[in-house]
Amino acid sequence: MTIIKISDDALARAGGADALASAFEKKGFEVHRTSSWGMHWLEPLVEINGIGWGPVTLSRVDEIADGGADDICVGPIAAHPFITGQTRLTFARAGKTRPLSLEDYEASGGWSGLTRARQIGAERIVEEVTASGLRGRGGAGFPTGIKWKTVLGAPGPKKYIVCNADEGDSGTFADRMAMEGDPFALIEGMAIAGEAVGADQGYIYLRSEYPDAIRKLNAALKLCADIIAPFKCEVRVGAGAYVCGEETSLLNSLEGKRGEVRAKPPLPALEGFLGRPTVVNNVLSLAAVPHILMQGGAASYAERGMGRSKGTMPIQLAGNIKHGGLYEVAFGITLGELVNDIGGGTASGRPVKAVQVGGPLGAYIHPDQFDIPFDYEAFTAADALIGHAGVTVFDDTADMGEMAHFAMEFCSAESCGKCTPCRIGAVRGQEIIERIRSGGRKRDGVEMTPQIHNAPKNEGRSAAEEIGLLTDLCETMKFGSLCALGGFTPYPVMSALRNWPEDFVGDPAAIANALDAAK
Amino acid sequence: MSSKEHKIGEIIAEHHRREGPLLPILHDVQEEFGCVDTESEAIIAKGLNLSRADVHGVVSFYHDYSPTADPRPVVQICRAEACKARGVEQIIDAAKAAAGERVAIKTVYCLGLCSAGPAARVGDDLHIRLDNQSVSKLIENA
Repeated sequence: MTIIKISDDALARAGGADALASAFEKKGFEVHRTSSWGMHWLEPLVEINGIGWGPVTLSRVDEIADGGADDICVGPIAAHPFITGQTRLTFARAGKTRPLSLEDYEASGGWSGLTRARQIGAERIVEEVTASGLRGRGGAGFPTGIKWKTVLGAPGPKKYIVCNADEGDSGTFADRMAMEGDPFALIEGMAIAGEAVGADQGYIYLRSEYPDAIRKLNAALKLCADIIAPFKCEVRVGAGAYVCGEETSLLNSLEGKRGEVRAKPPLPALEGFLGRPTVVNNVLSLAAVPHILMQGGAASYAERGMGRSKGTMPIQLAGNIKHGGLYEVAFGITLGELVNDIGGGTASGRPVKAVQVGGPLGAYIHPDQFDIPFDYEAFTAADALIGHAGVTVFDDTADMGEMAHFAMEFCSAESCGKCTPCRIGAVRGQEIIERIRSGGRKRDGVEMTPQIHNAPKNEGRSAAEEIGLLTDLCETMKFGSLCALGGFTPYPVMSALRNWPEDFVGDPAAIANALDAAK
Repeated sequence: MSSKEHKIGEIIAEHHRREGPLLPILHDVQEEFGCVDTESEAIIAKGLNLSRADVHGVVSFYHDYSPTADPRPVVQICRAEACKARGVEQIIDAAKAAAGERVAIKTVYCLGLCSAGPAARVGDDLHIRLDNQSVSKLIENA
């Protein structure tokens, strides 16, 4: 019988994959619900004997069953340029296996990393992860091996592995795809981490906005409980707080407290969940581990990439982009290649105006800077950040003044409230941006009264003076905030102001002068 | 003992052995009653030997818990950067018009469908590539 593969990824399902699957079943086909290839503009994608059709609607089912519908046929999927250009290690199974099939997982090399890890012991696991050059994929890029070594060396009878699956950044969905498409790989990675540091309990802190991932991981954990034993693992569902993606606030939330950020030190590696040594790693970091622990895996991982950014990065092409989806590739690819060549420019067909890399806290990058290579250090040097490698494209209809305002608005909505620069700075930031856009601030009636004798009796602040204030505020937030939410919100704000002054005021030259003066 | 106390007692009994049981308990209470009101906060505080202030602090921190129940169906629309880049702000007016007073429109920051927005969530069902027409239809059927 012909097997039809249709993804059961949340995005494919949102596009109507469930209805397609039952339509093909009614016609007598055997339908396998696999993970997604990551070519999102083609979802729902239907695959028969390696040939793909997409995006498919119910009305095309009959034609496809008869081998027709040539206009939406993309030919052999594995040979599609979007796929052949990639180096898939973390997403090696994407599009190929059924997420909850233990049989498929084992047949594609599953559990071999864990088996080997159990043979070589804690010290060597940590050595191999260090040698692979794997850096935390959550955003900060901290070397995973060093984190594990710290936890391994920390005294204490009880240690924990916590997976940070609170992927709240807009423009990112790789964690979601990994959890929905290859849940056993994440669980295997956590079990290996447990072997490495001597922890027998794991928690996956998963955001409530991902109902499909919650369901699948819970099911997967039930299926593989015996395989990972004595390691135990549990899914904990978040409650809609963006800041809980920050590791210390995540730990507080996991303990059942307000998701407020903790000051560091102490590091979570030494005093984490319930005050005990804890590994906190992102989904992608942990999902990369089974590959690294396979025979020769660490060396092959370290061979890829550039500089100190080793291995591959699952990059997410999102927003107004023609060919959006998941693109896992070695570090070093330029932003221009990603957006123009692979992504095919904007979905609307209009010129690209701005690209935000790294989620809501990432800088807005101008097309003039498209030669930046994807590398942690190169991005830092350009005053930008890779973060979780989400690339959000905007066309020329985007109002960057509005986006800068939104960055501050988002920060004020999601601030945990613990530190002042973030809690109050974000609100003041919104007000200043509003005033810049309306031409500055006039003195109000009360200030002009003689009783308020220390208020200057002048015209008020000009837009240029407001920019000086905003620059000052952003400096304070950058260096005075406890975590990245307040600390990085200045990046989108200042980059928007620097690159697109015309979206803020009628006279862009005034902004350039004000920015120079504020330096 | 009221039936509410009884039900919350059962929920606490189910979770209290977990490390950090409060969020799982609050999720179940929110699911059961559509809100976590002051009465529930007091019962949970008593059950976990916490102060009411502790519990209220947690309930009020998270977007997912509400102090009063809203019987209306909820449609969450993503208005984060990627969906903005794909034009979600242009369909908000149509969404609000279709919702009227009958449906609660809520803003959510990111459903992880950023390459195919604007996206929305109704219960556990997700929707992508929304435009004025499809968002109105979605809300009318909510």
